[in-house]
Amino acid sequence: MERHLPADLPKLKKPRTRLGKVLAPYLLIMPGGVWLGLFFVIPLLVMISVSLQTGSLERGFSMTWHFRRYYDVIKQYHVQIVRSIEYGGLATLLTLVVSFPISYWIAFYGGKRKNTFLLLLLLPFFVSFVIRTLSWGFILADDGIVIGTLKDWGILGRSFHVLATGTAVVTGIAYNFLPFMALPLYVSLEKIDRRVVEAASDLYANKRQILLKVILPLAAPGVFAGVLLTFVPAAGDYVNQSILGGTRNTMIGNIIQQRFLVNFDYPGAAALSTVLMVALLIGIFAYARALGTRNIQEYV
Amino acid sequence: MSTVAAREASPAPPGGGRRRWTRFILPTYVGIFIFYLMSPILLMILYGFNKAPNARVTFKWQGFTTEWYRKLFDITDLTAALKNSLEIAAISALIATILGTLIALALVRYRYRGHGTTDMVLFMNIAAPEIVIGASLLSLFVTLKVTRGFGTLIAAHVMFNIAYVAITVRARLTGFDRSLEEAAQDLGANPWVTFYRVTLPIIFPGVLAGGLLAFALSIDDFIISSFVNGKTLTFPLWVFGAVKVGTPPQVFVMGTLIFMGGVILAITNLVLQRRKV
Repeated sequence: MERHLPADLPKLKKPRTRLGKVLAPYLLIMPGGVWLGLFFVIPLLVMISVSLQTGSLERGFSMTWHFRRYYDVIKQYHVQIVRSIEYGGLATLLTLVVSFPISYWIAFYGGKRKNTFLLLLLLPFFVSFVIRTLSWGFILADDGIVIGTLKDWGILGRSFHVLATGTAVVTGIAYNFLPFMALPLYVSLEKIDRRVVEAASDLYANKRQILLKVILPLAAPGVFAGVLLTFVPAAGDYVNQSILGGTRNTMIGNIIQQRFLVNFDYPGAAALSTVLMVALLIGIFAYARALGTRNIQEYV
Repeated sequence: MSTVAAREASPAPPGGGRRRWTRFILPTYVGIFIFYLMSPILLMILYGFNKAPNARVTFKWQGFTTEWYRKLFDITDLTAALKNSLEIAAISALIATILGTLIALALVRYRYRGHGTTDMVLFMNIAAPEIVIGASLLSLFVTLKVTRGFGTLIAAHVMFNIAYVAITVRARLTGFDRSLEEAAQDLGANPWVTFYRVTLPIIFPGVLAGGLLAFALSIDDFIISSFVNGKTLTFPLWVFGAVKVGTPPQVFVMGTLIFMGGVILAITNLVLQRRKV
């Protein structure tokens, strides 16, 4: 084919293909990148800007660099901020304890049915988040199918109730976000070289020592990834609180949602969201520094 | 059977099978765990069949009926919300699948300036709490005085789906044999033909998986949607709004049907994967 072309054309062609090679990744990235820029990166910056404005919905908002607002909102809502961290942390711990044995079992004993068990683990995700939470509420309801029955059998006292308490919220979050914990745990446990475990066993380590000194340290990246992936949505959630938590025990998510959509206090709500984002970013960066972002992406 | 043979037969369990009763702890726990995981789902299915005199779900079991399956589409608002959800999920999944696949191709194929930034943005997008994303989008739309509704919902859903698609497709792309493409080009195929006839068929399972994930995430999204929906209601938003006044049983029926649809798709995917291996 090249024989028919004028002698100088192949030379001309070469830089063009090289330029094409240089541009190709950018052309591929561009459509998605523009979308993410417009609807993910820019909005975050706008939110920070809104948090420093003053005004009202009727008169409009204008930029006044009102940094004091951060002090005000943190002071006003520190109870909810602390409670969000507390509930999120407790729920994360609960999912870790509940799902570690499962992930361990699937990774080490799952055999050929690993994929089936993983699908089973993911099944709750096929139910709409809001309905899942509603269903969980039914389980915890005072005269519901579980607590009500236990009361009828006399196992629980008549006055016992869980719904509309912090416990209900924590268990709801723990149920809802369980796969975020179980899957990264599974991935890290699955990666463990079985020969290392055998070597420990050959060197007369007992089961407990194997678990604590071999398996747990090797599963650490998965534990970190799981904790991060569970804690972030857990601390920012307001659905579980709204459905299961009653009118008290509000979390930071409830306040942000309410300030934004009910009170139209855009600057205050934006400031609170920014606080939440910065707090979580610090955690994420600390994690990324310790283990690398590529590492965590394997678990997403 | 000697100990050595036993160990060879089951390489994984550390010191497994020597003590009798402790062997059963883990499997028992797995059983209890599966029950724990499934009970809200079973309840959802069950309450779709519960009689409800006021057309509101009650905690008490009042008797079996298929009434709600027959009256599935009787609540017009709910049906409209479900239709919105399906439309938004389909449109946003389609757009996000295309955009996310292109990003995945760039990330796997090329080393370029900004590679790390792309990685970081995708990671941040997945790691950022939904409430912050929702709040920031609302800040943008309020500042620009954009009317919130169907359009803003699509914009938001595409945005949070792109990263998930990109990561799913990338995972399937890493084992990709480049020599097949080179062979096609050597045989005279231009880049477009190569992509369409060689690359796409190979990466298609990954792209499909990404698309299905995007569809599922979109149909389930509540928090981000609640900030950008305006007056348009999606299925989860309608359900959440109905909680305070009482949930109609149809919600549980629709939830059951969506669940079944998802399960069938997932099992199909699993079977197809197994057949390929």
